[in-house]
Amino acid sequence: MAEATASTHIEHSGPDAGITRWLYTTNHKDIGTLYLWFSFLMFLFGGVLALVVRAELFQPGLQFIEPQLFNQMTTMHGLIMVFGAIMPAFVGFANWLIPMMVGAPDMALPRMNNLSFWILPFAFAMLASTFLMPGGAPDFGWTFYAPLSTTYAPDSVTFFILAIHLMGASSIMGSINIIATILNMRTPGMKLMDMPLFVWSWLITAYLLIAVMPVLAGVVTMMLFDIHFGTSFFNAAGGGDPVLFQHVFWFFGHPEVYIMILPAFGIVSHVIPAFSRKPLFGYSSMVYAMAAIAIMSMVVWAHHMFTVGMPTVAQLIFMYLTMLIAVPTGVKVFNWISTMWRGSITYETPMMFAIAFIILFTLGGFTGIMLAIAPADYQYHDTYFVVAHFHYVLVAGALFGIFSGIYYWFPKWSGKMYNEGLAKLHFWLSFIGFNLTFFVQHFSGLAGMPRRIPDYALQFADFNMISSIGAYLFGFSQLLFLFILVSAIRSGKPATQEVWDNAEGLEWTVPTPAPYHTFETPPEFKSRRAH
Amino acid sequence: MASESAEGYPAYYVPHNSKYPIWTAVSLILVMAGLGLWLVQLKNDYADPTQLLFVAGALALGVTLFFWFSKVIKENFAGLVSPQLNRSYVWSMGWFIFSEVMFFAAFFGALFYVRSFAVPWLGGEGDKALTGEYLWPDFNRQWPVLQNPDATAVPGPAESMAAPPLDSLSRLLSWGTYLPFWNTVILLASSVTIHFAHTALKNDRRRNLNAWMVVTILLGVLFLALQVEEYVLAYTEMGLTLNSGIYGSTFFLLTGFHGFHVTLGTFMLIVIALRCFKGHFNTRDQFGFEAVSWYWHFVDVVWLGLFTFVYVL
Amino acid sequence: MAFMSRLSRLSVALAGLFCSAFVLADSTMMEAIPPFNMTQGVTSISQEAYWLHMAVFWITVGIGLVVFGVMFWSMIFHRRSPDRQPATFDDNKALEITWTVAAFLILVVMAWPATMTMLKIGDTSDSDLTIEARGYQWKWQYKYLDEDRNAQVSFFSNLATPAGEIENRQTKGEYYLLEVDEMLVIPTHRKVRFLVTSNDVIHAFWVPDFGIKSDAIPGYINERWVRVEQPGIYRGQCTELCGRNHGFMPIVVRAVEAAEYDQWYAQKLAQQKEIDALSQQEWTAEQLFSLGEEVYVKHCLVCHQANGQGVPPAFPSLVGTEMVLTDKEGHIDIVYNGKAGTAMQAFGVQLNPVDLAAVIHYERHAWGNDSGDVTTPLDILKFAQKQ
Ligand code: HEA
Ligand code: HEA
Ligand code: HEC
Ligand code: CUA
Ligand SMILES: [Cu+2]
Repeated sequence: MAEATASTHIEHSGPDAGITRWLYTTNHKDIGTLYLWFSFLMFLFGGVLALVVRAELFQPGLQFIEPQLFNQMTTMHGLIMVFGAIMPAFVGFANWLIPMMVGAPDMALPRMNNLSFWILPFAFAMLASTFLMPGGAPDFGWTFYAPLSTTYAPDSVTFFILAIHLMGASSIMGSINIIATILNMRTPGMKLMDMPLFVWSWLITAYLLIAVMPVLAGVVTMMLFDIHFGTSFFNAAGGGDPVLFQHVFWFFGHPEVYIMILPAFGIVSHVIPAFSRKPLFGYSSMVYAMAAIAIMSMVVWAHHMFTVGMPTVAQLIFMYLTMLIAVPTGVKVFNWISTMWRGSITYETPMMFAIAFIILFTLGGFTGIMLAIAPADYQYHDTYFVVAHFHYVLVAGALFGIFSGIYYWFPKWSGKMYNEGLAKLHFWLSFIGFNLTFFVQHFSGLAGMPRRIPDYALQFADFNMISSIGAYLFGFSQLLFLFILVSAIRSGKPATQEVWDNAEGLEWTVPTPAPYHTFETPPEFKSRRAH
Repeated sequence: MASESAEGYPAYYVPHNSKYPIWTAVSLILVMAGLGLWLVQLKNDYADPTQLLFVAGALALGVTLFFWFSKVIKENFAGLVSPQLNRSYVWSMGWFIFSEVMFFAAFFGALFYVRSFAVPWLGGEGDKALTGEYLWPDFNRQWPVLQNPDATAVPGPAESMAAPPLDSLSRLLSWGTYLPFWNTVILLASSVTIHFAHTALKNDRRRNLNAWMVVTILLGVLFLALQVEEYVLAYTEMGLTLNSGIYGSTFFLLTGFHGFHVTLGTFMLIVIALRCFKGHFNTRDQFGFEAVSWYWHFVDVVWLGLFTFVYVL
Repeated sequence: MAFMSRLSRLSVALAGLFCSAFVLADSTMMEAIPPFNMTQGVTSISQEAYWLHMAVFWITVGIGLVVFGVMFWSMIFHRRSPDRQPATFDDNKALEITWTVAAFLILVVMAWPATMTMLKIGDTSDSDLTIEARGYQWKWQYKYLDEDRNAQVSFFSNLATPAGEIENRQTKGEYYLLEVDEMLVIPTHRKVRFLVTSNDVIHAFWVPDFGIKSDAIPGYINERWVRVEQPGIYRGQCTELCGRNHGFMPIVVRAVEAAEYDQWYAQKLAQQKEIDALSQQEWTAEQLFSLGEEVYVKHCLVCHQANGQGVPPAFPSLVGTEMVLTDKEGHIDIVYNGKAGTAMQAFGVQLNPVDLAAVIHYERHAWGNDSGDVTTPLDILKFAQKQ
């Protein structure tokens, strides 16, 4: 076999025809596309559930749905957005971009890559099917605290647990693949500190995923045993502790929220320099900041649990550690702004979303710091103030980061230019709709409105009405996004070779649209940084 | 041997497409859906629950994985695995083992939390002493927990698996009849024997290789047999069960998942032993062998943790 | 239309909010506007929490002004223009170290007072009075404990808002969803210690004006304390998702002067005694039925519904079932002891024998059920003795 040539080994035919292209594919671009469309579908699904929640909360009193169903809506909204929309979207980006950014022919383990994706639709089908089961879907919040999720849960909790196991397996395999690709498949000459920031962000995210997804698997396994096999992990009568659940869950859960933001940091670190026409400020501190965030994120989990009755010293320690995360995050914000400083800025849609990201994420970070102040959190905890906080970092953070990235790379991927005017409209509608929805939630939260309630006291009525109106505005603007993408794919103007005039990175060196196979031989790479 | 591309770098093998992953995904969902159905029916006292879906899924999964792995092995023989691809495998196996470490960390974490916080509080000590004083006045703090806080709702075990203390010579001698001690010896020995097998492979001494593989597998099986013996004892004579409160819960989940991993590891050992017999692997190409041996060492290390924290301390 | 007028009120509110932010919180102009900031409350802890909240808020406003100021400057003045080249710098170590250290110092400034307040919250020593607050799906039980932690006075506190208001058939009252049938009563100027726990799932005990929030963990005790200086009625809600009616388990506390409190307490004690006597008394089927209906509405209706048909499969129907028609012993048993692991609680510890007998009698004769028997308080006492 020694005499075989390279070309027989990379079977570089084009895509298969028909459905098997998608079912059997090992191509990172196909799989990336699958991930992205799947996540968009889940976003609409999770969004519709949120709209049901907002409809019920439009006015005081029970209007449309019964409280039990309301709890199911809230729970499934959170679960689907977190596990179905945001995470798979970033994995989609990783698939599309990492091989192109590091100059690799594909992901390290292409077949496992396919498996990672295809587990997801089945897992979510199983999760969604719980709506049809007797007793209904999971109704114990996306944080599924025991014993509400064990002893008092509907039967469907078993399927929920197994679905979580499947998603976890998918994430772990996906992350292993990403790490192997990044560590092993960089084009010769590309040192770690030469890697594009999106690649760095994913290297760190993948590490976090592998570190915490198994812990989630562990905690749902304990639940499964408490439910079906009579163990007492979360039952004081048998010597266990319901709070144990929360510790293990949040050991996963807090890193999870950074899993949902780090790749967005990566995306924004590409978009801001491109449209400021200036190199990214503080590359190495950006890398160290992300690493610091990732490591610190594993020791702050109990800030979600200030009110569970931990010893005072423990509360203080978790408070301090949590506050410290503001330092590396602040470094990132300052670096982005310094990148813009004395640049030559233009405001195409990706840049608009990136700027909105910085502003709104920072606001969300500020409320995060407020939440971290333990005595004040006694007042904030489990109110809409928290809901406002995390939608600022998740929607305006993670989701706007995704929008920014889609507008930025879409022309290179598809070869088509989207309609800039409509895209701007999408931005403004989203921006206004988002703030209308969630800004007022700060107020209802501070005034004392608890979260996860289907009905509320009269003094919260006005804010809720505004919030619901905003939600519908924001929600329906996402149909515009769908329209922009579909019409660009079907009848968009061809994009130019370089697409943006100052975009940097190996992914911009390939033709537009990016061919089915790129970098079958490692590309030339010259480090910009002196070592 | 992998070939080289024009620039002098070995080409990376990218399979064009494959049916195996999607079939794996389909079988996995059958397994999970089947398992869910089965459990829910058991919980609701169905006279005869359906295991059909589960069994069908498990079979499909087994068959699919068999073909998938065979294909990878064939590709390896065809020389498609470049050193770089091999490194991908190495990284992947390493990170996979890290994920397993974290899975066990969740259970160890639960054990530490229960032992250092929950049980003392319930027993009226520490920061939340009032919990014990007021709600569970009859509960005495003690590990292993033999009498649960609510002893009627959750009857505790009669005995625990804890190791005899080392405070006198006669107690020390009683370790000679202490089953987990022998299990530790066995598992440690098996880690050594697989290392011998590996050395034999590296030195191309096939007969030694095969012999050490057989020994390792036998040790693995022996360990499992003793574990089963221990479980039977626990259930039939000690009243130590999954239902017997937090001690039983942590004991069985930790040792159970470990045992499950040993089972998997033994199965993997058997597979590579068969491959060794067929003459697979050589002094340069032995990733499959090494992956299994790392896994085996990992299982061994977990046991050391278990032995220390579940049995001895 | 109510909707339109609300909308116009909204626009006023919004405009007010955006221009005046938090500064004008007390001014008269804000009267039409609903509360939108954290309450200052009536305890030293709630006031410190408010102070911390505002302090950190203003610090972040300050940081925000600087950060966004620089950003907007650059967005406006560093737009692309033909006569200017972008700069090329990409690091500045001194600057980076400066802002890292600055951020750290700001955090230290915030952490210091927060630590002080935290230590204060944790100090439950030297209390004058101990009350256990126990969460149930979906109501609170309050027990006033003596030195030996025996409950002298104990009662339940249920949502009092009528179903008609919730289902929009009646106009909603001022304290919609924040009103209960029996308030928790505490004395002012005394240090009251709460032992918070739960009977089933996790609930959370929160009265914003007291600045305390404590999860109620089944099987564990959390301690919190308050010293209220101002008499008044203070309203809060359960703040941990606890199942179907999580949104409907308010907490209402009446703080009264010490003398009034002592009087109330004595009266409560006497009432308790009275009930013991009542159990021994003769009851007619009619008396039982009508009392039973009251008890049912108060304690059982949330799950088993007004028509007795429940919400299967979560909450079973009580109409025409075998237990309700024939098995009196079993009926008493499940109501008295509940069923472990389900939402059906042990009402034996919650209700007195009279109420228990009445509600069971009621269930056996309501909605077309006709068991043809009578359940009296004596039946219950006998059952209890056998246990
Ligand atoms: C993308 C997701 C994401 C991100 C990035 C964050 C970021 C942070 N979060 Fe948030 N959080 C969530 C998602 C996220 N969070 C979710 C989903 C929940 C609720 C879960 C649930 O209960 O359902 C939650 C809940 C939550 C709580 C629990 C609240 C409660 O339930 O009572 C707390 C408490 O400490 C907290 C704190 C923080 C902090 C300190 C940060 C920090 O990382 C923020 C750091 C950033 C900045 C501070 C801004 C930029 C910095 C500067 C400009 C520098 C200068 C600033 C200072 C010196 C202050 N978060
Ligand atoms: C991860 C990301 C994420 C995202 C993107 C969102 C997006 C939104 N979220 Fe949510 N949210 C969470 C994560 C997220 N959320 C989490 C984790 C919780 C906590 C859950 C819990 O308490 O357990 C939560 C909770 C939560 C609550 C609190 C519920 C409660 O406490 O009871 C509310 C209430 O307003 C809310 C609202 C919204 C709205 C209006 C959006 C909007 O952005 C949604 C936009 C809407 C759409 C995108 C729909 C578009 C579709 C159509 C218009 C129809 C098209 C139809 C077809 C194509 C068929 N979310
Ligand atoms: C929080 C919810 C809840 C409340 C409140 C509640 N129940 Fe129940 N009840 C249940 C559930 C759940 C069951 C089913 C238990 C099971 O799985 O067997 C049940 C079962 C019963 C049964 C047995 C029905 C049968 O045929 O098996 C009776 C009788 C009953 N409840 C009476 C009452 C009475 C009387 C009250 C009020 C004093 C009450 N319940 C309050 C949830 C509740
Ligand atoms: Cu009780 Cu929420
Ligand atoms: Cu967190």
